[in-house]
Amino acid sequence: MNNVLAIAHKELKSYFSTPIAYIVIGFFALLFGYFFYAMLIIFNQQSLQLGGLEGQNNVDINQQLIRPLFLNASVILLFVLPLITMRTYSEEKRSGTIELLLTSPVTDIEIILGKFLGAMALYAAMIAITMIHMGLLFSYGNPEWKVVVTGYIGLLLMGGCFISVGLLISSLTKNQIVSGMITFAVFLLLWVVNWIASFTGPTTQSVLNYLSITDHFDDFTKGILDTKHLVYYFSVMSFGLFLTARSVDTERWKG
Amino acid sequence: MIEVQHLSKRYGPVTAVDDISFTVERGEILGFLGPNGAGKTTTMRVLTGYMPPSAGKAIVAGYDVFERPIEAKRRTGYLPETPPLYPDMTVRDYLTFVARIKGVPRNTRKARIDEMMRKTRIDDVANRPCGKLSKGYRQRVGLAQALMHNPEVLILDEPTAGLDPKQIIETRELIKGLAGDHTIILSTHILPEVSQTCQRVVIINRGKVVAVDTPDNLTSRLRGSETMYLQVDAQGTDAAAVLQRVSGVTRVAVADTKQQIVGYEVDSEAGRDVRRELAAAVVGRGWGLLEMRPMRMSLEEIFLHVTTEDAAAPEAAAEVAHE
Repeated sequence: MNNVLAIAHKELKSYFSTPIAYIVIGFFALLFGYFFYAMLIIFNQQSLQLGGLEGQNNVDINQQLIRPLFLNASVILLFVLPLITMRTYSEEKRSGTIELLLTSPVTDIEIILGKFLGAMALYAAMIAITMIHMGLLFSYGNPEWKVVVTGYIGLLLMGGCFISVGLLISSLTKNQIVSGMITFAVFLLLWVVNWIASFTGPTTQSVLNYLSITDHFDDFTKGILDTKHLVYYFSVMSFGLFLTARSVDTERWKG
Repeated sequence: MIEVQHLSKRYGPVTAVDDISFTVERGEILGFLGPNGAGKTTTMRVLTGYMPPSAGKAIVAGYDVFERPIEAKRRTGYLPETPPLYPDMTVRDYLTFVARIKGVPRNTRKARIDEMMRKTRIDDVANRPCGKLSKGYRQRVGLAQALMHNPEVLILDEPTAGLDPKQIIETRELIKGLAGDHTIILSTHILPEVSQTCQRVVIINRGKVVAVDTPDNLTSRLRGSETMYLQVDAQGTDAAAVLQRVSGVTRVAVADTKQQIVGYEVDSEAGRDVRRELAAAVVGRGWGLLEMRPMRMSLEEIFLHVTTEDAAAPEAAAEVAHE
Protein backbone atom coordinates (compact mmCIF):
# COMPACT_ATOMS: atom_id res chain seq x y z
CA MET A 1 0.00 0.00 0.00
CA ASN A 2 2.88 2.32 0.79
CA ASN A 3 4.19 1.74 -2.72
CA VAL A 4 0.79 2.56 -4.21
CA LEU A 5 0.66 5.79 -2.25
CA ALA A 6 4.25 6.67 -3.16
CA ILE A 7 3.43 6.30 -6.84
CA ALA A 8 0.09 8.11 -6.52
CA HIS A 9 1.85 10.94 -4.74
CA LYS A 10 4.50 11.12 -7.43
CA GLU A 11 1.83 11.15 -10.15
CA LEU A 12 -0.15 13.90 -8.51
CA LYS A 13 2.99 15.92 -7.96
CA SER A 14 4.00 15.59 -11.57
CA TYR A 15 0.55 16.77 -12.71
CA PHE A 16 1.03 19.92 -10.69
CA SER A 17 4.65 20.49 -11.63
CA THR A 18 3.66 20.54 -15.31
CA PRO A 19 0.97 22.77 -16.80
CA ILE A 20 -1.37 19.78 -17.18
CA ALA A 21 -3.14 20.08 -13.84
CA TYR A 22 -3.69 23.81 -14.23
CA ILE A 23 -4.91 23.55 -17.80
CA VAL A 24 -7.25 20.68 -17.01
CA ILE A 25 -8.70 22.26 -13.89
CA GLY A 26 -8.78 25.74 -15.41
CA PHE A 27 -10.60 24.77 -18.56
CA PHE A 28 -12.96 22.50 -16.72
CA ALA A 29 -13.80 25.36 -14.36
CA LEU A 30 -14.30 27.73 -17.29
CA LEU A 31 -16.60 25.40 -19.21
CA PHE A 32 -18.52 24.32 -16.16
CA GLY A 33 -18.88 27.94 -15.08
CA TYR A 34 -20.29 28.83 -18.48
CA PHE A 35 -22.81 25.98 -18.38
CA PHE A 36 -23.75 26.94 -14.86
CA TYR A 37 -24.38 30.52 -15.84
CA ALA A 38 -26.31 29.63 -19.00
CA MET A 39 -28.54 27.13 -17.25
CA LEU A 40 -29.14 29.38 -14.31
CA ILE A 41 -30.48 32.05 -16.65
CA ILE A 42 -32.74 29.56 -18.41
CA PHE A 43 -33.87 28.14 -15.09
CA ASN A 44 -34.65 31.59 -13.70
CA GLN A 45 -36.68 32.45 -16.77
CA GLN A 46 -38.62 29.21 -16.54
CA SER A 47 -39.29 29.55 -12.86
CA LEU A 48 -40.55 33.11 -13.36
CA GLN A 49 -42.93 32.06 -16.12
CA LEU A 50 -44.11 28.87 -14.46
CA GLY A 51 -44.23 30.45 -11.03
CA GLY A 52 -46.51 33.17 -12.39
CA LEU A 53 -48.82 30.63 -14.00
CA GLU A 54 -49.33 27.72 -11.65
CA GLY A 55 -47.47 28.18 -8.39
CA GLN A 56 -44.19 27.04 -6.78
CA ASN A 57 -44.32 23.28 -7.06
CA ASN A 58 -43.70 22.91 -10.76
CA VAL A 59 -40.14 24.08 -10.76
CA ASP A 60 -37.62 21.68 -9.28
CA ILE A 61 -34.07 22.95 -8.94
CA ASN A 62 -32.72 19.39 -8.75
CA GLN A 63 -34.43 18.22 -11.90
CA GLN A 64 -34.19 21.35 -13.95
CA LEU A 65 -30.85 22.80 -12.98
CA ILE A 66 -28.61 20.39 -11.10
CA ARG A 67 -29.33 17.36 -13.22
CA PRO A 68 -28.55 19.02 -16.55
CA LEU A 69 -25.44 20.47 -14.95
CA PHE A 70 -24.20 17.03 -13.99
CA LEU A 71 -24.97 15.71 -17.45
CA ASN A 72 -23.02 18.57 -18.99
CA ALA A 73 -20.13 17.96 -16.63
CA SER A 74 -20.06 14.36 -17.86
CA VAL A 75 -19.66 15.59 -21.42
CA ILE A 76 -16.82 17.92 -20.48
CA LEU A 77 -15.09 14.90 -18.95
CA LEU A 78 -14.92 13.24 -22.35
CA PHE A 79 -12.65 16.02 -23.49
CA VAL A 80 -10.68 16.65 -20.35
CA LEU A 81 -9.93 13.18 -19.00
CA PRO A 82 -7.81 12.06 -21.99
CA LEU A 83 -5.47 14.93 -21.06
CA ILE A 84 -5.08 13.46 -17.61
CA THR A 85 -4.47 9.87 -18.64
CA MET A 86 -2.62 10.21 -21.92
CA ARG A 87 0.81 10.64 -20.38
CA THR A 88 0.55 8.21 -17.47
CA TYR A 89 2.35 5.34 -19.17
CA SER A 90 3.36 6.84 -22.50
CA GLU A 91 5.62 9.42 -20.93
CA GLU A 92 7.31 6.88 -18.67
CA LYS A 93 7.96 4.67 -21.65
CA ARG A 94 9.26 7.46 -23.82
CA SER A 95 11.59 8.93 -21.22
CA GLY A 96 12.77 5.54 -19.96
CA THR A 97 11.61 6.14 -16.39
CA ILE A 98 9.52 3.00 -16.75
CA GLU A 99 12.84 1.20 -16.24
CA LEU A 100 13.02 2.64 -12.75
CA LEU A 101 9.51 1.48 -11.88
CA LEU A 102 9.86 -1.98 -13.39
CA THR A 103 13.21 -2.67 -11.72
CA SER A 104 12.14 -1.40 -8.30
CA PRO A 105 10.67 -3.79 -5.75
CA VAL A 106 7.08 -2.91 -6.60
CA THR A 107 4.54 -5.04 -8.43
CA ASP A 108 2.84 -4.06 -11.68
CA ILE A 109 -0.48 -3.88 -9.85
CA GLU A 110 0.96 -1.42 -7.34
CA ILE A 111 2.24 0.76 -10.17
CA ILE A 112 -1.11 0.68 -11.94
CA LEU A 113 -3.12 1.38 -8.80
CA GLY A 114 -0.74 4.19 -7.92
CA LYS A 115 -1.20 5.79 -11.31
CA PHE A 116 -4.94 5.26 -11.12
CA LEU A 117 -5.18 6.86 -7.69
CA GLY A 118 -2.98 9.77 -8.77
CA ALA A 119 -5.24 10.48 -11.75
CA MET A 120 -8.33 10.04 -9.59
CA ALA A 121 -6.99 12.55 -7.08
CA LEU A 122 -6.48 15.15 -9.79
CA TYR A 123 -9.93 14.35 -11.16
CA ALA A 124 -11.47 14.72 -7.71
CA ALA A 125 -9.75 18.09 -7.30
CA MET A 126 -11.19 19.08 -10.65
CA ILE A 127 -14.79 18.24 -9.84
CA ALA A 128 -14.39 19.72 -6.39
CA ILE A 129 -14.43 23.09 -8.21
CA THR A 130 -18.11 22.54 -9.00
CA MET A 131 -18.90 22.48 -5.32
CA ILE A 132 -18.56 26.25 -5.39
CA HIS A 133 -21.47 26.41 -7.83
CA MET A 134 -23.46 23.91 -5.84
CA GLY A 135 -22.76 25.92 -2.72
CA LEU A 136 -24.27 28.97 -4.40
CA LEU A 137 -27.40 27.02 -5.20
CA PHE A 138 -27.66 25.81 -1.63
CA SER A 139 -27.23 29.29 -0.19
CA TYR A 140 -29.86 30.88 -2.46
CA GLY A 141 -32.21 27.97 -3.01
CA ASN A 142 -33.13 24.75 -1.29
CA PRO A 143 -32.13 21.79 -3.47
CA GLU A 144 -32.37 18.20 -2.26
CA TRP A 145 -28.85 17.41 -1.00
CA LYS A 146 -29.11 13.64 -1.41
CA VAL A 147 -29.55 14.01 -5.15
CA VAL A 148 -26.45 16.18 -5.29
CA VAL A 149 -24.48 13.58 -3.34
CA THR A 150 -25.50 10.73 -5.65
CA GLY A 151 -24.60 12.96 -8.58
CA TYR A 152 -21.09 13.38 -7.24
CA ILE A 153 -20.77 9.65 -6.53
CA GLY A 154 -21.83 9.01 -10.10
CA LEU A 155 -19.33 11.53 -11.46
CA LEU A 156 -16.50 9.95 -9.49
CA LEU A 157 -17.38 6.44 -10.61
CA MET A 158 -17.84 7.41 -14.22
CA GLY A 159 -14.55 9.31 -14.16
CA GLY A 160 -12.91 6.24 -12.64
CA CYS A 161 -14.09 4.16 -15.61
CA PHE A 162 -12.77 6.68 -18.09
CA ILE A 163 -9.46 6.88 -16.26
CA SER A 164 -9.01 3.11 -16.20
CA VAL A 165 -9.69 2.95 -19.93
CA GLY A 166 -7.32 5.89 -20.47
CA LEU A 167 -4.59 4.13 -18.49
CA LEU A 168 -5.00 1.06 -20.63
CA ILE A 169 -4.64 3.03 -23.85
CA SER A 170 -1.67 4.96 -22.47
CA SER A 171 0.06 1.68 -21.63
CA LEU A 172 -0.12 0.67 -25.27
CA THR A 173 1.93 3.46 -26.80
CA LYS A 174 5.00 5.59 -26.23
CA ASN A 175 3.43 8.55 -27.93
CA GLN A 176 1.32 10.88 -25.81
CA ILE A 177 -0.55 12.37 -28.75
CA VAL A 178 -1.48 8.96 -30.10
CA SER A 179 -2.53 7.93 -26.63
CA GLY A 180 -4.61 11.06 -26.07
CA MET A 181 -6.29 10.89 -29.46
CA ILE A 182 -7.26 7.23 -29.19
CA THR A 183 -8.51 7.78 -25.65
CA PHE A 184 -10.64 10.67 -26.80
CA ALA A 185 -12.09 8.63 -29.67
CA VAL A 186 -12.85 5.69 -27.39
CA PHE A 187 -14.52 7.92 -24.80
CA LEU A 188 -16.63 9.56 -27.47
CA LEU A 189 -17.62 6.18 -28.80
CA LEU A 190 -18.57 4.99 -25.33
CA TRP A 191 -20.75 8.08 -25.01
CA VAL A 192 -22.57 7.84 -28.33
CA VAL A 193 -22.69 4.07 -28.66
CA ASN A 194 -26.35 3.90 -27.66
CA TRP A 195 -27.55 6.72 -29.89
CA ILE A 196 -28.52 4.19 -32.51
CA ALA A 197 -30.02 1.91 -29.88
CA SER A 198 -33.62 2.83 -30.60
CA PHE A 199 -33.21 1.86 -34.27
CA THR A 200 -31.97 -1.64 -33.50
CA GLY A 201 -33.61 -4.79 -32.24
CA PRO A 202 -34.47 -5.24 -28.57
CA THR A 203 -31.36 -7.33 -27.73
CA THR A 204 -28.90 -5.05 -29.49
CA GLN A 205 -30.65 -2.10 -27.95
CA SER A 206 -30.16 -3.28 -24.40
CA VAL A 207 -26.55 -4.27 -25.10
CA LEU A 208 -25.77 -0.86 -26.57
CA ASN A 209 -27.47 0.93 -23.73
CA TYR A 210 -25.55 -1.15 -21.27
CA LEU A 211 -22.23 -0.36 -22.94
CA SER A 212 -22.63 3.39 -22.80
CA ILE A 213 -20.66 4.58 -19.78
CA THR A 214 -22.52 7.88 -19.71
CA ASP A 215 -25.94 6.23 -19.92
CA HIS A 216 -25.42 4.59 -16.54
CA PHE A 217 -24.73 8.00 -15.08
CA ASP A 218 -28.28 9.18 -15.75
CA ASP A 219 -29.84 7.49 -12.74
CA PHE A 220 -27.25 8.99 -10.40
CA THR A 221 -28.32 12.48 -11.45
CA LYS A 222 -31.88 11.58 -10.54
CA GLY A 223 -30.78 10.64 -7.06
CA ILE A 224 -30.99 6.90 -7.68
CA LEU A 225 -28.20 4.76 -6.30
CA ASP A 226 -28.82 1.52 -8.17
CA THR A 227 -26.55 -1.48 -7.51
CA LYS A 228 -26.86 -2.33 -11.21
CA HIS A 229 -24.92 0.81 -12.08
CA LEU A 230 -22.49 0.43 -9.19
CA VAL A 231 -21.67 -3.08 -10.34
CA TYR A 232 -21.28 -1.84 -13.90
CA TYR A 233 -18.90 0.96 -12.96
CA PHE A 234 -16.80 -1.14 -10.65
CA SER A 235 -16.60 -3.91 -13.25
CA VAL A 236 -15.49 -1.53 -15.98
CA MET A 237 -12.89 -0.02 -13.67
CA SER A 238 -11.49 -3.38 -12.59
CA PHE A 239 -11.54 -4.69 -16.13
CA GLY A 240 -9.70 -1.62 -17.41
CA LEU A 241 -7.06 -1.94 -14.72
CA PHE A 242 -6.78 -5.67 -15.29
CA LEU A 243 -6.21 -5.17 -19.02
CA THR A 244 -3.64 -2.49 -18.22
CA ALA A 245 -1.79 -5.02 -16.08
CA ARG A 246 -1.91 -7.52 -18.95
CA SER A 247 -0.67 -4.90 -21.37
CA VAL A 248 2.24 -3.91 -19.11
CA ASP A 249 3.17 -7.55 -18.71
CA THR A 250 3.00 -8.16 -22.46
CA GLU A 251 5.26 -5.17 -23.11
CA ARG A 252 7.69 -6.71 -20.69
CA TRP A 253 7.90 -9.91 -22.70
CA LYS A 254 8.22 -8.07 -25.94
CA GLY A 255 11.00 -5.96 -24.47
CA MET B 1 26.27 -13.56 -6.03
CA ILE B 2 25.11 -13.41 -9.60
CA GLU B 3 24.62 -16.51 -11.62
CA VAL B 4 23.58 -16.48 -15.24
CA GLN B 5 22.74 -19.87 -16.65
CA HIS B 6 22.16 -20.48 -20.34
CA LEU B 7 20.33 -17.23 -20.68
CA SER B 8 18.72 -16.40 -24.02
CA LYS B 9 16.53 -13.53 -25.08
CA ARG B 10 14.76 -13.30 -28.38
CA TYR B 11 12.79 -10.38 -29.73
CA GLY B 12 10.60 -12.03 -32.31
CA PRO B 13 12.98 -13.54 -34.85
CA VAL B 14 15.99 -11.60 -33.54
CA THR B 15 18.15 -13.31 -30.94
CA ALA B 16 19.70 -10.59 -28.81
CA VAL B 17 21.29 -12.87 -26.24
CA ASP B 18 22.14 -16.42 -27.13
CA ASP B 19 22.76 -18.97 -24.39
CA ILE B 20 25.17 -17.05 -22.20
CA SER B 21 26.44 -18.22 -18.82
CA PHE B 22 28.72 -16.58 -16.31
CA THR B 23 28.97 -15.97 -12.60
CA VAL B 24 30.06 -13.04 -10.50
CA GLU B 25 31.51 -13.57 -7.03
CA ARG B 26 30.56 -11.47 -4.03
CA GLY B 27 32.40 -8.16 -3.91
CA GLU B 28 33.72 -8.44 -7.43
CA ILE B 29 33.53 -5.88 -10.23
CA LEU B 30 32.78 -7.54 -13.51
CA GLY B 31 33.25 -5.67 -16.75
CA PHE B 32 30.75 -6.40 -19.43
CA LEU B 33 32.32 -5.58 -22.70
CA GLY B 34 31.03 -5.69 -26.21
CA PRO B 35 30.38 -3.65 -29.30
CA ASN B 36 27.10 -1.77 -29.55
CA GLY B 37 24.21 -4.14 -30.08
CA ALA B 38 26.08 -7.11 -28.64
CA GLY B 39 23.38 -7.79 -26.05
CA LYS B 40 24.86 -6.03 -23.03
CA THR B 41 21.79 -3.97 -22.22
CA THR B 42 19.45 -6.89 -22.84
CA THR B 43 21.41 -9.09 -20.45
CA MET B 44 21.35 -6.36 -17.82
CA ARG B 45 17.64 -5.85 -18.27
CA VAL B 46 17.03 -9.51 -17.67
CA LEU B 47 19.25 -9.44 -14.59
CA THR B 48 17.35 -6.50 -13.13
CA GLY B 49 13.97 -8.09 -13.75
CA TYR B 50 12.97 -5.50 -16.32
CA MET B 51 12.17 -8.25 -18.79
CA PRO B 52 11.94 -12.00 -18.49
CA PRO B 53 14.41 -14.24 -20.36
CA SER B 54 13.24 -16.38 -23.29
CA ALA B 55 15.22 -19.29 -21.91
CA GLY B 56 17.64 -20.01 -19.11
CA LYS B 57 17.70 -18.30 -15.76
CA ALA B 58 19.43 -15.63 -13.75
CA ILE B 59 19.96 -15.76 -10.01
CA VAL B 60 20.77 -12.52 -8.26
CA ALA B 61 21.65 -12.42 -4.56
CA GLY B 62 20.22 -15.92 -4.18
CA TYR B 63 16.87 -15.20 -5.83
CA ASP B 64 15.74 -16.18 -9.27
CA VAL B 65 14.87 -12.88 -10.91
CA PHE B 66 11.93 -14.41 -12.70
CA GLU B 67 10.52 -16.58 -9.91
CA ARG B 68 11.09 -14.16 -7.03
CA PRO B 69 11.33 -10.76 -8.71
CA ILE B 70 10.51 -8.59 -5.70
CA GLU B 71 13.13 -10.25 -3.50
CA ALA B 72 15.76 -9.98 -6.23
CA LYS B 73 14.88 -6.34 -6.99
CA ARG B 74 15.16 -5.42 -3.31
CA ARG B 75 18.80 -6.43 -3.55
CA THR B 76 19.61 -4.92 -6.91
CA GLY B 77 20.42 -1.38 -7.90
CA TYR B 78 20.24 -0.56 -11.57
CA LEU B 79 21.47 2.39 -13.55
CA PRO B 80 20.08 2.12 -17.08
CA GLU B 81 21.84 3.57 -20.08
CA THR B 82 19.73 6.72 -19.85
CA PRO B 83 19.27 7.63 -16.20
CA PRO B 84 15.54 7.24 -15.46
CA LEU B 85 14.82 10.75 -14.21
CA TYR B 86 11.56 12.65 -14.09
CA PRO B 87 12.42 15.99 -15.70
CA ASP B 88 9.93 18.01 -13.65
CA MET B 89 10.97 16.69 -10.27
CA THR B 90 13.76 18.24 -8.26
CA VAL B 91 16.69 16.01 -7.42
CA ARG B 92 15.62 15.78 -3.79
CA ASP B 93 12.00 14.98 -4.62
CA TYR B 94 13.14 12.41 -7.12
CA LEU B 95 15.43 10.67 -4.65
CA THR B 96 12.69 10.78 -2.02
CA PHE B 97 10.35 9.01 -4.41
CA VAL B 98 13.06 6.46 -5.25
CA ALA B 99 13.73 5.87 -1.56
CA ARG B 100 10.02 5.27 -0.97
CA ILE B 101 9.50 2.75 -3.73
CA LYS B 102 12.76 0.99 -2.90
CA GLY B 103 11.58 0.51 0.64
CA VAL B 104 14.01 2.72 2.56
CA PRO B 105 12.33 3.05 5.98
CA ARG B 106 10.77 6.40 6.68
CA ASN B 107 12.93 7.22 9.72
CA THR B 108 16.24 6.76 7.89
CA ARG B 109 15.06 8.09 4.55
CA LYS B 110 16.24 11.66 4.82
CA ALA B 111 19.66 10.71 6.21
CA ARG B 112 20.09 8.13 3.48
CA ILE B 113 19.20 10.63 0.75
CA ASP B 114 21.64 13.18 2.14
CA GLU B 115 24.33 10.53 2.36
CA MET B 116 23.80 9.44 -1.23
CA MET B 117 23.82 13.02 -2.47
CA ARG B 118 27.13 13.60 -0.72
CA LYS B 119 28.61 10.38 -2.00
CA THR B 120 27.71 11.10 -5.61
CA ARG B 121 28.45 14.83 -5.20
CA ILE B 122 25.07 16.10 -6.25
CA ASP B 123 24.17 18.00 -3.07
CA ASP B 124 24.70 21.33 -4.83
CA VAL B 125 21.86 20.60 -7.28
CA ALA B 126 19.44 19.14 -4.70
CA ASN B 127 16.71 21.63 -5.49
CA ARG B 128 17.07 21.83 -9.23
CA PRO B 129 14.71 19.99 -11.56
CA CYS B 130 16.27 16.84 -13.00
CA GLY B 131 15.44 17.96 -16.52
CA LYS B 132 17.67 21.02 -16.19
CA LEU B 133 20.79 19.10 -15.17
CA SER B 134 23.88 18.53 -17.28
CA LYS B 135 24.62 15.04 -18.52
CA GLY B 136 27.24 14.53 -15.83
CA TYR B 137 24.85 15.41 -13.03
CA ARG B 138 22.09 13.30 -14.49
CA GLN B 139 24.38 10.31 -14.58
CA ARG B 140 25.29 10.87 -10.95
CA VAL B 141 21.69 11.32 -9.86
CA GLY B 142 21.06 8.03 -11.64
CA LEU B 143 23.87 6.47 -9.67
CA ALA B 144 22.48 7.85 -6.41
CA GLN B 145 19.16 6.29 -7.42
CA ALA B 146 20.78 2.90 -7.98
CA LEU B 147 22.58 3.03 -4.62
CA MET B 148 19.63 4.34 -2.63
CA HIS B 149 18.56 1.12 -0.93
CA ASN B 150 22.13 -0.05 -0.39
CA PRO B 151 21.72 -3.04 -2.71
CA GLU B 152 24.04 -6.03 -2.62
CA VAL B 153 24.20 -6.09 -6.39
CA LEU B 154 24.77 -3.10 -8.62
CA ILE B 155 24.16 -3.22 -12.32
CA LEU B 156 25.46 -0.22 -14.19
CA ASP B 157 24.86 0.22 -17.89
CA GLU B 158 27.63 2.45 -19.20
CA PRO B 159 27.99 4.49 -16.03
CA THR B 160 30.59 6.85 -17.47
CA ALA B 161 28.96 7.53 -20.82
CA GLY B 162 28.75 11.24 -21.53
CA LEU B 163 30.91 12.37 -18.65
CA ASP B 164 33.94 14.61 -18.98
CA PRO B 165 37.38 13.11 -18.18
CA LYS B 166 37.44 14.43 -14.62
CA GLN B 167 33.97 13.08 -13.90
CA ILE B 168 34.91 9.76 -15.48
CA ILE B 169 37.82 9.40 -13.07
CA GLU B 170 35.63 10.40 -10.12
CA THR B 171 32.92 7.99 -11.09
CA ARG B 172 35.40 5.16 -11.54
CA GLU B 173 36.86 5.85 -8.12
CA LEU B 174 33.37 5.86 -6.66
CA ILE B 175 32.58 2.53 -8.28
CA LYS B 176 35.87 1.03 -7.15
CA GLY B 177 35.13 2.22 -3.64
CA LEU B 178 31.82 0.39 -3.74
CA ALA B 179 33.33 -2.98 -4.58
CA GLY B 180 33.71 -5.27 -1.61
CA ASP B 181 30.38 -4.28 -0.06
CA HIS B 182 28.63 -4.53 -3.38
CA THR B 183 28.87 -6.90 -6.27
CA ILE B 184 29.02 -4.89 -9.45
CA ILE B 185 28.45 -5.54 -13.12
CA LEU B 186 29.26 -2.63 -15.33
CA SER B 187 28.94 -2.54 -19.04
CA THR B 188 30.99 -0.39 -21.29
CA HIS B 189 32.49 -0.22 -24.69
CA ILE B 190 35.34 1.91 -23.41
CA LEU B 191 38.20 -0.51 -22.96
CA PRO B 192 40.58 1.29 -20.60
CA GLU B 193 37.68 1.52 -18.19
CA VAL B 194 37.62 -2.22 -17.90
CA SER B 195 41.32 -2.62 -17.22
CA GLN B 196 41.15 0.16 -14.66
CA THR B 197 38.07 -0.81 -12.71
CA CYS B 198 37.23 -4.44 -13.23
CA GLN B 199 38.67 -7.59 -11.78
CA ARG B 200 37.16 -9.74 -14.48
CA VAL B 201 35.89 -9.17 -17.96
CA VAL B 202 33.16 -10.84 -19.94
CA ILE B 203 33.36 -10.02 -23.61
CA ILE B 204 30.20 -10.62 -25.54
CA ASN B 205 29.57 -10.30 -29.21
CA ARG B 206 26.38 -10.93 -31.12
CA GLY B 207 24.72 -12.27 -28.00
CA LYS B 208 27.41 -14.81 -27.21
CA VAL B 209 30.13 -14.83 -24.60
CA VAL B 210 33.45 -14.86 -26.45
CA ALA B 211 35.83 -14.46 -23.52
CA VAL B 212 35.78 -14.45 -19.71
CA ASP B 213 38.95 -13.66 -17.80
CA THR B 214 40.93 -11.05 -15.90
CA PRO B 215 42.11 -8.16 -18.04
CA ASP B 216 45.76 -9.22 -17.52
CA ASN B 217 45.18 -12.82 -18.43
CA LEU B 218 43.27 -11.82 -21.50
CA THR B 219 46.16 -9.67 -22.58
CA SER B 220 48.77 -12.36 -22.17
CA ARG B 221 46.67 -15.28 -23.32
CA LEU B 222 45.83 -13.68 -26.59
CA ARG B 223 49.41 -13.04 -27.39
CA GLY B 224 50.54 -16.03 -29.43
CA SER B 225 54.09 -14.77 -29.20
CA GLU B 226 55.97 -12.16 -27.23
CA THR B 227 56.97 -9.08 -29.12
CA MET B 228 59.79 -6.77 -28.09
CA TYR B 229 60.67 -3.39 -29.42
CA LEU B 230 64.37 -2.59 -29.59
CA GLN B 231 66.10 0.58 -30.60
CA VAL B 232 69.68 0.01 -31.51
CA ASP B 233 72.48 2.31 -32.63
CA ALA B 234 74.50 -0.21 -34.66
CA GLN B 235 76.77 2.40 -36.23
CA GLY B 236 75.59 1.64 -39.73
CA THR B 237 75.79 -2.15 -39.61
CA ASP B 238 72.73 -4.35 -39.81
CA ALA B 239 71.72 -5.58 -36.39
CA ALA B 240 68.86 -7.69 -37.68
CA ALA B 241 71.04 -10.67 -38.52
CA VAL B 242 72.57 -10.62 -35.07
CA LEU B 243 69.23 -10.39 -33.36
CA GLN B 244 67.86 -13.18 -35.50
CA ARG B 245 70.59 -15.48 -34.26
CA VAL B 246 69.60 -15.10 -30.61
CA SER B 247 67.98 -18.36 -29.56
CA GLY B 248 64.20 -18.21 -29.20
CA VAL B 249 63.77 -15.34 -31.65
CA THR B 250 61.36 -16.18 -34.42
CA ARG B 251 61.20 -13.01 -36.43
CA VAL B 252 62.93 -9.66 -36.69
CA ALA B 253 61.48 -6.75 -38.56
CA VAL B 254 62.60 -3.16 -38.95
CA ALA B 255 60.02 -0.87 -37.43
CA ASP B 256 61.56 2.54 -37.98
CA THR B 257 64.85 4.14 -38.88
CA LYS B 258 66.28 7.46 -37.75
CA GLN B 259 69.67 7.92 -39.41
CA GLN B 260 71.89 5.37 -37.66
CA ILE B 261 69.36 4.44 -35.05
CA VAL B 262 67.11 1.59 -36.09
CA GLY B 263 64.04 0.30 -34.29
CA TYR B 264 63.31 -3.42 -34.51
CA GLU B 265 60.31 -5.52 -33.66
CA VAL B 266 61.49 -8.84 -32.37
CA ASP B 267 59.13 -11.78 -31.98
CA SER B 268 60.06 -14.66 -29.76
CA GLU B 269 58.48 -17.94 -28.79
CA ALA B 270 55.61 -17.58 -26.39
CA GLY B 271 56.54 -17.78 -22.74
CA ARG B 272 60.23 -17.28 -23.37
CA ASP B 273 61.92 -14.21 -22.05
CA VAL B 274 64.72 -13.29 -24.42
CA ARG B 275 65.43 -9.82 -23.07
CA ARG B 276 68.73 -10.68 -21.43
CA GLU B 277 70.06 -12.48 -24.49
CA LEU B 278 69.00 -9.67 -26.78
CA ALA B 279 70.66 -7.06 -24.58
CA ALA B 280 73.85 -9.10 -24.33
CA ALA B 281 73.98 -9.60 -28.09
CA VAL B 282 73.63 -5.89 -28.77
CA VAL B 283 75.91 -4.60 -26.04
CA GLY B 284 78.44 -7.36 -26.75
CA ARG B 285 79.00 -5.90 -30.23
CA GLY B 286 79.68 -2.49 -28.78
CA TRP B 287 76.44 -1.06 -30.15
CA GLY B 288 74.22 1.26 -28.26
CA LEU B 289 71.01 -0.22 -26.84
CA LEU B 290 68.79 2.84 -26.62
CA GLU B 291 65.44 1.30 -25.86
CA MET B 292 63.94 -2.06 -25.18
CA ARG B 293 60.31 -2.62 -24.20
CA PRO B 294 57.74 -5.33 -24.55
CA MET B 295 54.97 -4.59 -27.02
CA ARG B 296 51.75 -5.62 -25.27
CA MET B 297 48.61 -6.26 -27.06
CA SER B 298 46.27 -3.61 -25.76
CA LEU B 299 42.75 -4.41 -24.69
CA GLU B 300 41.58 -2.66 -27.84
CA GLU B 301 43.44 -5.16 -29.93
CA ILE B 302 42.15 -8.06 -27.88
CA PHE B 303 38.68 -6.74 -28.16
CA LEU B 304 38.89 -6.36 -31.91
CA HIS B 305 40.56 -9.73 -32.08
CA VAL B 306 37.85 -11.62 -30.21
CA THR B 307 34.94 -9.76 -31.67
CA THR B 308 36.03 -10.03 -35.27
CA GLU B 309 37.74 -13.42 -35.16
CA ASP B 310 34.59 -14.83 -33.68
CA ALA B 311 32.78 -14.95 -36.97
CA ALA B 312 35.78 -16.07 -39.01
CA ALA B 313 37.27 -18.67 -36.69
CA PRO B 314 34.82 -19.85 -34.08
CA GLU B 315 37.18 -22.50 -32.70
CA ALA B 316 39.80 -19.87 -31.90
CA ALA B 317 37.25 -17.89 -29.98
CA ALA B 318 35.96 -20.97 -28.21
CA GLU B 319 39.45 -21.68 -27.02
CA VAL B 320 39.59 -18.24 -25.47
CA ALA B 321 36.19 -18.62 -23.82
CA HIS B 322 35.50 -20.84 -20.83
CA GLU B 323 38.09 -23.37 -19.91
